[in-house]
Amino acid sequence: MELLLQQVMAGLANGAIYACMALAVVMIFQAIDHLNFAQGEMAMFSTFIAWQLIEWGQPYWVAFAVTVLVSFVAGILIDRVLFRPIRNAPVLSQVVAFIALFSILNSSAGQIWNYTIKSFPTPFGHKPLFGISLMDTHEAGMIGVTLAMLGLLYLFFRGTRLGLAMRAAAANPESARLVGIRVSWMTALGWGMAAAIGAVAGMLIAPVVFLEPNMMLGVLLYGFAGAVLGGLTSPAGAVLGGFAVGVIENLAGTFIPYFGRELKLSIALILIVVVLMFRPSGMFGRRVVSRV
Amino acid sequence: MTAPPEEIAAKEALPFAAAPAAGAEAAVRVPRVGRIAYRELAIAAVIAVALVLPWVVTSFVMFQLTQVMIYGLAILGLNLLTGFNGQFSLGHSAFYGIGAYTAAILMHNYGVGYIWTLPAAGGVCFIVGFLFGLPALRLQNLYLALATFTLATVMPQILKFHGLEEWTGGVQGLVVDQPDPPAFLPVDSDQWLYYFTLAVVLVMFAAAANLIHSRSGRAVMAIRDHPIAAAAMGINNSLYKTLTFGVSALYTGVAGALGALAVAFVAPDSFTIFLSIALLVGLVVGGVGSIPGCLLGGLFVLYVPNIAESVSTGLAGAIYGVILLLVIFLMPSGMAGFARAVWARLSRMRQI
Repeated sequence: MELLLQQVMAGLANGAIYACMALAVVMIFQAIDHLNFAQGEMAMFSTFIAWQLIEWGQPYWVAFAVTVLVSFVAGILIDRVLFRPIRNAPVLSQVVAFIALFSILNSSAGQIWNYTIKSFPTPFGHKPLFGISLMDTHEAGMIGVTLAMLGLLYLFFRGTRLGLAMRAAAANPESARLVGIRVSWMTALGWGMAAAIGAVAGMLIAPVVFLEPNMMLGVLLYGFAGAVLGGLTSPAGAVLGGFAVGVIENLAGTFIPYFGRELKLSIALILIVVVLMFRPSGMFGRRVVSRV
Repeated sequence: MTAPPEEIAAKEALPFAAAPAAGAEAAVRVPRVGRIAYRELAIAAVIAVALVLPWVVTSFVMFQLTQVMIYGLAILGLNLLTGFNGQFSLGHSAFYGIGAYTAAILMHNYGVGYIWTLPAAGGVCFIVGFLFGLPALRLQNLYLALATFTLATVMPQILKFHGLEEWTGGVQGLVVDQPDPPAFLPVDSDQWLYYFTLAVVLVMFAAAANLIHSRSGRAVMAIRDHPIAAAAMGINNSLYKTLTFGVSALYTGVAGALGALAVAFVAPDSFTIFLSIALLVGLVVGGVGSIPGCLLGGLFVLYVPNIAESVSTGLAGAIYGVILLLVIFLMPSGMAGFARAVWARLSRMRQI
C-alpha cells in the first residue's frame, strides 16, 4: 500500500511536467489546429534565455518575467514571419516546417550555450513537502503553477471578449472574419500565448531534468501523449491526461513483473491507444462533426 | 453554383490530402496518339542513367545511391498510405525496422538466402500493417498520428528487450553478410548490391504505379478525397483502408530488408521515431501523392543532412532546418508538385 502511494505520488510529480507541456500543446492546437512539433524546443530556448539572464545577475523573478515576455513576442514573430506565408500550403508541408523549426532551435541552442548539462534554480526549494518524503516542494509548486495557469486560461477563454474572439477564430475562421475578428492576429496571439506557457513550463521543468538542448525531447512526447489522451480540444483534459500518463508510467514500471521496468514507456503509450479505441477524440475531447 | 458549403465540407474531409492533381490526372490518362510520350521517355532516360552509373562513380557514391533508392522505396510505402489514402503515419520506422530485422534474423539465425528475405519481410510487414490498420480505422488525423507514433516508440524498446535477445541480439544488434554477386556476372559485390536494389525498386515502383491506376487505386484515392461519397459509391472503406495500411507496410518493410542487406548490420537505435520523421520529410519534399517524387525525397533525405554538415558542423541542424524551410516556401507541394506546375505552364505557353 505504501509502495502504491509512493509510486502514485512520484507519478503525479512526473505528471506535472507532462501536464505543463500538454497545456502548451493544447493551447497552440486551439489557435492553429495543428500540433506544434517545435513546441518543446521553443520552451527549451526560452529556458536558456532565463538561465542566461540569471547568469548575468538578474534575480529569479525578473528573469522569469522577462523570459515570458520575450517568448510571447517571439511566438508572435514566428507566426508572422514563418507560418503566415505558408498558411495555405498543404497540412503536411506545415508539419515539415515545424520539424525545420525544431531543428533550427535545437542546433542554435547547442551552438550558443553548448551541450553541457546546466542546473537551473527553483523558487520553491527542494525540501520535502510537509516533512513527508513523498513529494518535494518544487514538485508541489510545479503542480500548483500548472493548475493556476489552467485556471487563468479558463477565465481568459470563458470570461473575456478577446478569449471569445480567439475561440471563434479557431472554430470557424470564415464566419469570425465576417463579424470583424482579425483572424490572423488571433492566430498570432495564440502562438504568443503558447510560447509564453511553454516558457513557464520549461522553467519549471528545468530544475528537474536539468538544462540542455535535448531536455525537452522526452517531455514533449509525453506532453503530446497526455494532450491526446485528455482530448486536444480540452485544456483541463490535457492537464489531467498529463498527470495520468505520469502515474500510469510509474505504476507500470513498478507493478508489472518481468518486462514492466524495461518497457514502461511502451506500456503507457499502448494503454493510451487502447483508451483512444474507445474514446477516439480523447477522454474529454469534443467530437468534431463536419457538414457534408 | 452553391460552392461554399461543399467546399468547406470537402476541405474538412481531406485534412491530409495531397495536391489534388496527382491521382485525378493519372486516373483519366488519355492515350496520346501522335504526340511524344514525355513521361515514358523520361522514365527510360532515368533507368538508362541508373544502369550506367555504377561504372562511372566511386563505390562510396554508389553505396549512397543504393541508400537513396532504399529510402525512396520506404517513402513510397508511406506515400501509398498518406499521399493516396490520406492516413497519417509516424510509425513507418517500425515497419522499416521489422523488415530489416526479419531479413537479418532469417539470414543470421537460420541461414536463409538473401533473396528470400525480401518476400518474407514484405509478408510479415503486410500482416503487421494490416492488423495495425484495424484499430487505426477508429482514429483520425492527430489521434492516428499518436497511435502510429506509439508504434515507432515501442519498436526499438521491443528490439532491445532482454527476453528477445536470443533472436534480435538485443542492444548489440545483428551482423549480416553482404550478398555475393552471382559468378556469371562481371560485377563486384557493391555493384551487385546496387543492381539488385535497382531491380527490386523498379519492380515495386512499377507495381505501385499500376496499383494506383487500377480500380482499387481509384477506390483508395476516393476514400482520401471524400470517405462518405466513396462509401456511397459502394467502396468498402474499412477493407480498403486496412489493406492500404498492409501494402504500405509491405513496401516499407521490403525497403527495410534491403537496408539491412546494404548496411550489413541492424541495431535497434537505427529504427527510432527520427527515421519516421526523415521519411515524412522526404515524402513532403518529394511530393505527397507523387510516385517519382519518392525518389527525389530519398535524395533529399540522404544528401541534404550531409550538405548541411559540410557547411558547418556545429550548426548543421540549423542549416538543415533553413534548407527545409526554403524548400517548403518555394515548393509548398513538394518537388513533384513544383515540376508539375512548371510543366503545366510550359504546355500552356506552347498552346498559345
